Amino acid sequence: MTHRLRINGTVRSVDVDDDTPLLWVLRDVLGMTGTKFGCGRALCGACTVHIDGAPARSCITAISTVGDKAVTTIEAIGKTSHGRAVQRAWLEVEVPQCGYCQSGQIMSASALLAKNPRPSDADIDAAMSGNICRCGTYIRIREAIKRAAQANGKGA
Amino acid sequence: MIRDPAFRATRSAPATDLSRRRFLQAGAAVGGGLLLSFTLPFAESGAEAADAVAFAPNAFIRIGRDGKIVLVMPYVEMGQGTYTSIPMLIAEELEVDLKQVQIEHAPPNEKLYGNPLLGGIQATGNSNAVRASWQPLREAGATARTMLIAAAAKRWNVDPAACRAQKGVVLHESTGRTARYGELSADAARMAVPDKVALKRPEDFKLIGTPAKRLDTPAKVNGTAVYGIDARPPGVKIATLAQSPVFGGRVKSVDDKAAKAVKGVRQIVRLDDAVAVVADHMGAAKKGLAALKIEWDEGLHARLTTEDIARELEKATLDRGAVAQNIGDVDQAMAGAATKVEATYQVPFLAHATMEPMNCTVHVRKDGCEVWVGTQAIARAQAAAAKVTGLPLDRVVVHNHLIGGGFGRRLEVDGVTRAVEIATHVDGPLKVVWTREEDIQHDMYRPYWFDRISAGLDAKGMPVAWNNRFAGASIIARYLPPAFNNGLDPDTTEGAIDLAYALPNMHVEYARVEPPGIPTAFWRSVGPSHNVFVTESFMDELAAAAKQDPVAYRLALLDKTPRAKAVLQLAANKAEWGKPLPERVGRGVSLQFVFASYMAHVAEVEVASDGTVRVRRVVCAVDCGIAVNPDTIQAQIQSAVMFGVTAALHGEITLKDGRVQQSNFHDYPALRMNEAPAVEVHIVRSSEPPGGMGEAGTSAVVPAVTNAIFAATGKRLRKLPVDTTALKRA
Ligand code: FES
Ligand code: FES
Repeated sequence: MTHRLRINGTVRSVDVDDDTPLLWVLRDVLGMTGTKFGCGRALCGACTVHIDGAPARSCITAISTVGDKAVTTIEAIGKTSHGRAVQRAWLEVEVPQCGYCQSGQIMSASALLAKNPRPSDADIDAAMSGNICRCGTYIRIREAIKRAAQANGKGA
Repeated sequence: MIRDPAFRATRSAPATDLSRRRFLQAGAAVGGGLLLSFTLPFAESGAEAADAVAFAPNAFIRIGRDGKIVLVMPYVEMGQGTYTSIPMLIAEELEVDLKQVQIEHAPPNEKLYGNPLLGGIQATGNSNAVRASWQPLREAGATARTMLIAAAAKRWNVDPAACRAQKGVVLHESTGRTARYGELSADAARMAVPDKVALKRPEDFKLIGTPAKRLDTPAKVNGTAVYGIDARPPGVKIATLAQSPVFGGRVKSVDDKAAKAVKGVRQIVRLDDAVAVVADHMGAAKKGLAALKIEWDEGLHARLTTEDIARELEKATLDRGAVAQNIGDVDQAMAGAATKVEATYQVPFLAHATMEPMNCTVHVRKDGCEVWVGTQAIARAQAAAAKVTGLPLDRVVVHNHLIGGGFGRRLEVDGVTRAVEIATHVDGPLKVVWTREEDIQHDMYRPYWFDRISAGLDAKGMPVAWNNRFAGASIIARYLPPAFNNGLDPDTTEGAIDLAYALPNMHVEYARVEPPGIPTAFWRSVGPSHNVFVTESFMDELAAAAKQDPVAYRLALLDKTPRAKAVLQLAANKAEWGKPLPERVGRGVSLQFVFASYMAHVAEVEVASDGTVRVRRVVCAVDCGIAVNPDTIQAQIQSAVMFGVTAALHGEITLKDGRVQQSNFHDYPALRMNEAPAVEVHIVRSSEPPGGMGEAGTSAVVPAVTNAIFAATGKRLRKLPVDTTALKRA
């Protein structure tokens, strides 16, 4: 059936089964390929988007449950102040290697900072442990999150 | 992952003789400007192969009239920073800013790569790119600079020796005249290629050795980077698939009624040994796949287990193998030894679990075929598509993409073959995406190896005899048969022979045993991932048998290898080796010389009462020759450490009833943020040619971890992954 979605501030209509995961609507139906597929079972975090600001694994989010909540993806996260700070820190620290997991990492990190502007190491562990990076960029992710938190604190 | 003869052949040639000029040619570029064509060695080719054939360039530098410098090269970016490190080599000699050099990936080309000696080996092995191109790229840059200077000197009618290049400009010192490269490039194309060019001395490097920003990062933080899985040719349909759960099995019957009824499902494709569901999107394809009822004829391996394979390998180590290294007389030394130490070691099959699951997009037409994929071996991808379709190579176009993690998996083209097989039955372009389950269960695995190792110690506890025999698959024998000779290949034995230690009597044998019912392939640091674990664990056992400190014991064997000694000392110092630790916390050390780099690791682990192991800290000292981009090296080591710790603690693929039992990240776990150790990297300043970095840290960290577990608990682990039940507090 037809579903109306609010994605990155734009209303989009798609005609798919109710149980279709948001991930495939984004990637295959709408062509927004910045959100990545890694496991399909909420085990890796590659597919993380924000739904009304909260991080969600789009691979297990049935389209029918999204309703008119606001979906934000990596393509638009730079328009939020936290997203922008996170992306800038990611560049400064040179976090990515293959880069494939990084959309999800950045979405998880920016959701964390939006909720908790001064996360401790334990907060970072809790918020980020759902995101696997097979290239093992964890040390730099942690460093970049701290840098982004600082930049935001300075009102940058 | 592969020893590179080209590198060895050229390692001591500061000023280069280009009399092998047929390997570097100059001419006019299309659209004007200078074009240099030259040959870069590939992972498995090297100087011998290149010498044997006519000039077949695979890399080009184009300096346009607009001053733009484009490097067309065959290596691909898989996260190791190749696209940043490689242009540095050219920019350094060409005297331009790094930003001025753009990279294009070379397409596969029948004319260039169709030669049987070069064909099929257009591949990027992780640790190879910088090592192999170190000399030729700098030569090419220096040649271009020399020709640009010559063009300027001719124009001004002055002595070229009175001119020099800087920042993309040729300058005549005494008159202050200048000309930009773009203005000179057309003239330069008509200059003679110099026979000799002078390369810069390491102390004069301006770029090499500086932490350059990676060029590929911005697209990776805003979602615009395009990986193979993101290819979307117009009208593309999505397919996912089920392959025979037992390797070698076939489809017996398919009931696809329910699958066809799923909204968005377009077509079911049945192959001999796989079934694919074609749909409008992956959601529908997966739903369709789940609705399929497939019966399999499981074939020969329906009962196979990992234990069967391990038993065969164990048996093989009782027979003789091919002699990989022999020094002195082991039997005699063993007979005269004061004590003897013996052990067996085993390492499991491992999947790659690259973050980007296997995928390939294909459009098969009557007269041609297009392939969109991220591959480490583009010419093989092209050949695979040509073979399935029956089309000539020049009718197959391959668009290469960023790779979401290679680790050796993308050296294989089974995914291309499979996608083309399916797409042949489909009108229009088709993207075949494997589920993670399919990706793990139909990987080509890091081989299982079994080792039988023994040593004889003298009265002081020092090793006088070292005897190692191991059995398992040879990947090279399948992947590049000419490189498998007399029962040996350079990869399988790397890290087991040519040890940094002075061992007066040493004997190493390898018995090739290909396991049935499970395909094997390269993996990050494949041969060393096994050998370094065995040799460094066993060295630790010898130190323990001799009741000596593991670092001091190793140092005593390193007088002839000062670079090895230096990294070991540095790592031990930085890790505060010897400083007391609490109960059930321990430090372990490892030392290796592979991929032409020296590396020492000290791992600090904590073992909980229930046996759970946490790696708290890893200190690494590395001498990888000239550090082309130190930031990339640091990142690569951090990465390799996580990859190695993942393997040590969690990595194991097992077979039962012929099926791979693991399927996704819950039962084939990867290290996560909360488990990630702190990693310190200390790079030794060196002016030796660069060694490989992409993989080396993976093999080195594993024995450091298991040796640390021994220090913490007294339990020696001789089989990976770490068995936590053995580590429970008694
Ligand atoms: S793809 Fe959604 S969590 Fe892995
Ligand atoms: S950067 Fe490669 S998986 Fe994270």
